[in-house]
Amino acid sequence: MSNFDWGIIAKSWGFLAEGMALSALLVLVATVGGLILGFGLALMRLSQNRLIAVPAAAYVTVMRTLPLVLVLFWFYFLVPLAIGRPIGSLASALIAFVMFEAAFYCEIIRAGINNVRPGQTEAGLASGLRRFQVMRHIVMPQALRAMTPLVLNQIVIVFQDTSLVYVVALHDFLTNASIIAARDGRPTEMYTLVAVVYLIICLSSTKALDYWRKGRAA
Amino acid sequence: MIVLKDVHKSYGRQQILRGCSASVSLGEVVVVCGPSGSGKSTLIKCVNGLVPFEQGTITVDGVSVSDKTTDLPALRAKIGMVFQNFELYPHMTALENVSLAQIHVLKRSRTEANARSEALLARVGLGTKLASRPSQLSGGQQQRVSIARALAMDPKAMLFDEPTSALDPEMINEVLEVMQALAQDGMTMMVVTHEMGFAQRVADRVLFMDGGEILEDTPKAQFFKEPATERARQFLTKVLTH
Repeated sequence: MSNFDWGIIAKSWGFLAEGMALSALLVLVATVGGLILGFGLALMRLSQNRLIAVPAAAYVTVMRTLPLVLVLFWFYFLVPLAIGRPIGSLASALIAFVMFEAAFYCEIIRAGINNVRPGQTEAGLASGLRRFQVMRHIVMPQALRAMTPLVLNQIVIVFQDTSLVYVVALHDFLTNASIIAARDGRPTEMYTLVAVVYLIICLSSTKALDYWRKGRAA
Repeated sequence: MIVLKDVHKSYGRQQILRGCSASVSLGEVVVVCGPSGSGKSTLIKCVNGLVPFEQGTITVDGVSVSDKTTDLPALRAKIGMVFQNFELYPHMTALENVSLAQIHVLKRSRTEANARSEALLARVGLGTKLASRPSQLSGGQQQRVSIARALAMDPKAMLFDEPTSALDPEMINEVLEVMQALAQDGMTMMVVTHEMGFAQRVADRVLFMDGGEILEDTPKAQFFKEPATERARQFLTKVLTH
């Protein structure tokens, strides 16, 4: 351990921070975009109309069975083909993440909505509220409470998954750390740092989650 | 006020309602009773369109429930409903529960709605529980909030689906008293219940259902003295002798 050169971390701080910024951007876009698209998919899946429900179910099933790396490649090569011009690594990765995470968020949201007793919807409808009002004022507020821990958990998973974007030549936190490790011949320091940073971020989010859950149980 | 004609309903191959016809006039209290599984709850949920039915017609205040052109939410706003499991909104206070539909359906201002809710909650004996969540209230209190919630819409008729079946025995009376007061005020009511005491005191007529059919539709006095069918007689013996 005495051979550890901690100076290397200080020297490469800016480059590492750039990688972290990309990871953060991916997490943010994947979460916001995934939740919006996932909500739409969840409503489709819950529809009585099979023509609406079945395509959404098929989409979710396909996305959930594919590895994320494959989806990243897929959008990297497919999107330019579809629109006829290259869109760059970042745009394709952002699209891939949103499309991929939407499938997972769809299932979380759907479970949250199904968790609300049907009698609640009946009571709302019986009082003259329209379906979207019942959803907005009665079902969603209750579903959100059931969903929140699962959504936070998924965000932690997305953060870990951002390390996969190196396959489309993007530089996230881990990728930048590897570059420095190779360039300066300091893999031990760099990979230890990466592990510690991931550990701190994921552990503190999980702890915050537990704390939040306990607060709710009390 | 409420007219049902030859209503049929099945879930898959199982027939729940086999041609039910009945009516409830303005200001009348009709109790629907019968063994469990006889279709009582399904029938009452057909009245405000919560349960769609395949055949027959139901009109409320002259408006057809099953007609595709009917504005069902507008019709439901005029019919109050009280459920077996209360179905209060757990994320809202008692006051908010009673105000919600007033604000979003009747478009009353929040101040106006809350004033009305306060008055109604006081009327059902819960004037001190405005800020309580459903989880902080007893079953009987929750059911009274839910009656206030239905009354807040100034309904033309009220439907009760086994309003006391989920209650502990000592809480049944506080709910029945509120319902009885409502009946005395002239509210049109259709009540699914096993409370034969309530039927004897309050009902004008009794509908007896079994196997998805309305077997009897008789004035209360006659039903309790001399039911026309053997099945009703057996039912009465069972529910009255304990």
